[in-house]
Amino acid sequence: MKLTLKIWRQENAKAKGAMKTYQIDGIEGDMSFLEMLDVLNEELINKGEVPVEFDHDCREGICGSCSLQINGEPHGPDRLVTTCQLHMRKFNDGDTIVIEPFRATAFPVVTDLIVDRTAFDRIQHAGGYISVNTSGNTIDANSIPVNKHDADDSFNAATCIGCGACVAACKNASAMLFTSAKVSQYALLPQGQVEAVERVENMVRQMDLEGFGNCTNTGACEIECPKGISLENIARMNREYLSATSKG
Amino acid sequence: MSELKSNIPEGPLADKWTQHKNDINLVNPANKRNIDVIVVGTGLAGGSAAATLAELGYNVKTFCYQDSPRRAHSIAAQGGINAAKNYQGDGDSNYRLFYDTVKGGDYRSREANVYRLAEVSGNIIDQCVAQGVPFAREYGGLLDNRSFGGVLVSRTFYAKGQTGQQLLLGAYSAMNRQINRGKIKSFNRHEMLDLVLVDGKARGIIARDLVTGEIERHAAHAVVLASGGYGNVFFLSTNAMGSNVMAAWRAHRRGAYFANPCYTQIHPTCIPVSGDHQSKLTLMSESLRNDGRIWVPKKKEDAIAIREGKKKPTDLSEDERDYYLERRYPAFGNLVPRDVASRAAKERCDAGFGVNKTGEAVYLDFSSAIERYGKEKAFTSGHKNPSKEEVIKLGKEVVEAKYGNLFQMYEKIVDQNPYETPMMIYPAVHYTMGGLWVDYNLQTTIPGCYAAGEANFSDHGANRLGASALMQGLADGYFVLPYTIGDYLSKDIRTGKIPTDSPEFDQAEKDVRDRMQKLMNGSGQHSVDYYHKKLGKIMWNKCGMARNAKELQEAMDEIAELRADFWANVKVPGTLDSKNAELEKAGRVADFLELGELFAKDAFTRNESCGGHFREEYQTPEGEALRDDENFSFVSAWEYNENPREAKLHKEQLTFENIEVKTRSYK
Amino acid sequence: MGIISSSIARKVAMALSGLFLVLFLGQHFTINLTSTFSPETFNEFSHFMGTNFLVQAILQPVLIFGVIFHFVMGFILEIRNRSARQISYVSYKGSANSSWVSRNMIYSGIVILAFLGLHFYDFWFPEIAYKYIEGNPADATRYYGELVEKFHSPVRTGLYVLSFIFLALHLYHGFASSFQSVGFNNKYATALKKFAKVYAIVIPAGFIFIALFHHFNH
Repeated sequence: MKLTLKIWRQENAKAKGAMKTYQIDGIEGDMSFLEMLDVLNEELINKGEVPVEFDHDCREGICGSCSLQINGEPHGPDRLVTTCQLHMRKFNDGDTIVIEPFRATAFPVVTDLIVDRTAFDRIQHAGGYISVNTSGNTIDANSIPVNKHDADDSFNAATCIGCGACVAACKNASAMLFTSAKVSQYALLPQGQVEAVERVENMVRQMDLEGFGNCTNTGACEIECPKGISLENIARMNREYLSATSKG
Repeated sequence: MSELKSNIPEGPLADKWTQHKNDINLVNPANKRNIDVIVVGTGLAGGSAAATLAELGYNVKTFCYQDSPRRAHSIAAQGGINAAKNYQGDGDSNYRLFYDTVKGGDYRSREANVYRLAEVSGNIIDQCVAQGVPFAREYGGLLDNRSFGGVLVSRTFYAKGQTGQQLLLGAYSAMNRQINRGKIKSFNRHEMLDLVLVDGKARGIIARDLVTGEIERHAAHAVVLASGGYGNVFFLSTNAMGSNVMAAWRAHRRGAYFANPCYTQIHPTCIPVSGDHQSKLTLMSESLRNDGRIWVPKKKEDAIAIREGKKKPTDLSEDERDYYLERRYPAFGNLVPRDVASRAAKERCDAGFGVNKTGEAVYLDFSSAIERYGKEKAFTSGHKNPSKEEVIKLGKEVVEAKYGNLFQMYEKIVDQNPYETPMMIYPAVHYTMGGLWVDYNLQTTIPGCYAAGEANFSDHGANRLGASALMQGLADGYFVLPYTIGDYLSKDIRTGKIPTDSPEFDQAEKDVRDRMQKLMNGSGQHSVDYYHKKLGKIMWNKCGMARNAKELQEAMDEIAELRADFWANVKVPGTLDSKNAELEKAGRVADFLELGELFAKDAFTRNESCGGHFREEYQTPEGEALRDDENFSFVSAWEYNENPREAKLHKEQLTFENIEVKTRSYK
Repeated sequence: MGIISSSIARKVAMALSGLFLVLFLGQHFTINLTSTFSPETFNEFSHFMGTNFLVQAILQPVLIFGVIFHFVMGFILEIRNRSARQISYVSYKGSANSSWVSRNMIYSGIVILAFLGLHFYDFWFPEIAYKYIEGNPADATRYYGELVEKFHSPVRTGLYVLSFIFLALHLYHGFASSFQSVGFNNKYATALKKFAKVYAIVIPAGFIFIALFHHFNH
């Protein structure tokens, strides 16, 4: 198929960017979206132009590197996939596709379609862990039974790949879904109880410091999340936060 | 020829590790504060090593090319992690895990290392659970297990099809704790470009900030390389796009021996190649072989009809199907080790029974599992006489709970519903057992330079069993390296800070700059991918699932030629001092072009078939691998030569005192 | 303002003040509804609310504070949220993942604020002036007549109806979403959120009915 691509080009963090239009032909439905960009880049290189920079790595939907706002939606029009698993069969011959970086003040553009998502890392540094030593002198794994339902919910929260689609989709650029998934993973396990109060307070504080917006419950994050992280996690974090602040 | 000292401690196998820990030197906590360690790579091995070293008190710097340590490719591991916990009471033990691993590796791994791995395996699970890794559980609240290829017990712990992700996030959480304490400084979007040796010891690295292009010097008292494997030498593999051999290869160029490069795992259950545009292959977890049955049509005309789209797999009745693994290997059936399953698939496809357009695919079928689980579920929920539809509906639910994410992934990529029609799979390059040669302490032949995880060669011999990579990565990082490195660092407590303005750093930086300039200076005929794809084709066709002397020789010639062409004519757009993905790729492919030749050389030299290394000249009449224990029971450790086929071979003889070396049989 | 300094606390405060206003709305509606079938009951209730000390000295200031707080906080949040994305998308497809009402609470809110201005001008300022400035004697029967008189004007009635539609839009997202904000999430949550959606339509619809009833019946 033949496509028109409108892509955000920006030389570096300080440069002023702009949309640029490219024509591309010979795209097949079995190609992934990123493979389509590979084809474009190969053409650009052969023409002596600078190829489009975009984040990607595992190309199987788990590392969370790939991002891209495609036609106004993070990871494009398909559901429960990352851009690397979005296939071109979701588009039609002659389509125009607008490709932009994820936009948020807390995610500044590095170059072209690459943004800096280290704000997410800093939220996790602030409390995304259980303070046990890694020496291995812990108690036997089966000495802490965990209700299967809680363990499954914890796992579901923990499947967050930290791609930032929730922030990109949210009209307020809020990071509540991400942060709440991280808080929930631990809040649902007995191991996480000991530091529950400090964890939620510290992570929310860091989230606010990074300049993310406030949650207004539009639910866009849940719809666009490639891993289907549930809004329930946000409710849980609100609860955890309230109980933490009431405990002082 | 320097002697290869593996430094395996004396004493009975089961006591070696404990004894060794008691014997080695420790660094006192106050002194640890004055010692710096660099960790390159932040996957399971690097992340866990960094966290533990920092927790012990060392100052740690981590480096990864991704934008966050949490994105290292360990995250893509699906199936699980082995541990000899014997929670299922099915007769598992440290010895049995050790035995299975050595046998699975076709008796080409080091006994003492493997036993230590089995010994610490249980501890890994304890550690991870304490950290909050949400492993799958049974209704009683205790941990669940499943079974993997090449073993007869259920010892694999898992978190749906995302075990690697959960374990990596666990290691990353441990890192976070240390980052928050200021004990780890993490340098993301940084790539190690060279190892710096001072007085023969590893004392730092040269790294490039991938965003600004700045070349940086980082000094330390020891350098740990945990940079993963080199499967991307094949271009198409299940590795991440950025996975590369640069860190290990730079160390190799500086004097670290590279061991067994030809031992590569070709994983049997991957989604088949769909076209020339393909940039990478996607694995479907081996755990699927617990419940999926692998088959091709019995009759060639059926296979042809399916390829041409005239027939559907569901049209074929049970007796028109050839469940070839169950036929050939009745004892292990669909759960034979990976190398065996891959070769069997290739054999059927080469014989003309392949089922997709390219003729390179076999079926992985869940219909009988769906029926079996459906019946069981109906029965336990009180329907003693369920209808067929009911059974199938319930069965699909069970299968979805177990493998839902994998099925979804398959459907997104292939656009077929695997609940209704069997999956198509084909082998793909997945893991490399070879890597930097290390001794028992995980130290390479360069003092102070350590290698952990997939980057070293130590534990899996010629073939790795499923769910053992995660185990090895975390064992190395959490439990082995932090102890053994102390022995070396105990001699460094008076060294003081390592300066970065020494002539050695000057020279290393100059080398790096020259090399990058040279990459930019190519005549500009072809893109980096052009060369990478060509290299991949040579590797897959001549160094892939089946190899022979003639083709290996050809491969060496062709790769050498391609390398010369690459340096003369590659086209790298952009500039040195900015984010430049093509430049990054060019540096990596340049190293693959050297490694590829050494790979072929290693395969050429090893005149036997073992594990993932199958030489057509050496097989039994039934087509099984034929080992030559008398002449090849050794580790090939190669000393660098800029002409890789001239690399010098050093042998580490393998001795088996606690296990009887037999012909591997899964029949 | 310690607790209000965090994003979650602001969100909870928004939800709680909103819930409080929702409650008030229900009470307001109940009293007004009586005007459609019994002017006496309406006068009785209105007189009680207008003269009772507790209502006037405590509930009324609390209510006013609630209204002001909800609006001010709403604007603060809007400003913060806009600064969280300083460069906007060239193409943004909000309709793909969220409802129009949820994305435009600020606009439905501004319409309601404008309406409140009108409503205060119509009823509350005259009422305060009547009671406390001019110091007129209590008259327990004047309320119904004042109400009916206001709805003579088709323009005013039209403005009221329009405002109630925006109120419904605002409540349709706001009421149900406040449960999520305070972390209410158990087996009753789904039913409660359904109730909130129904409430968000029924109450404003009821107000519209009252306005039209008085416009066309007198």
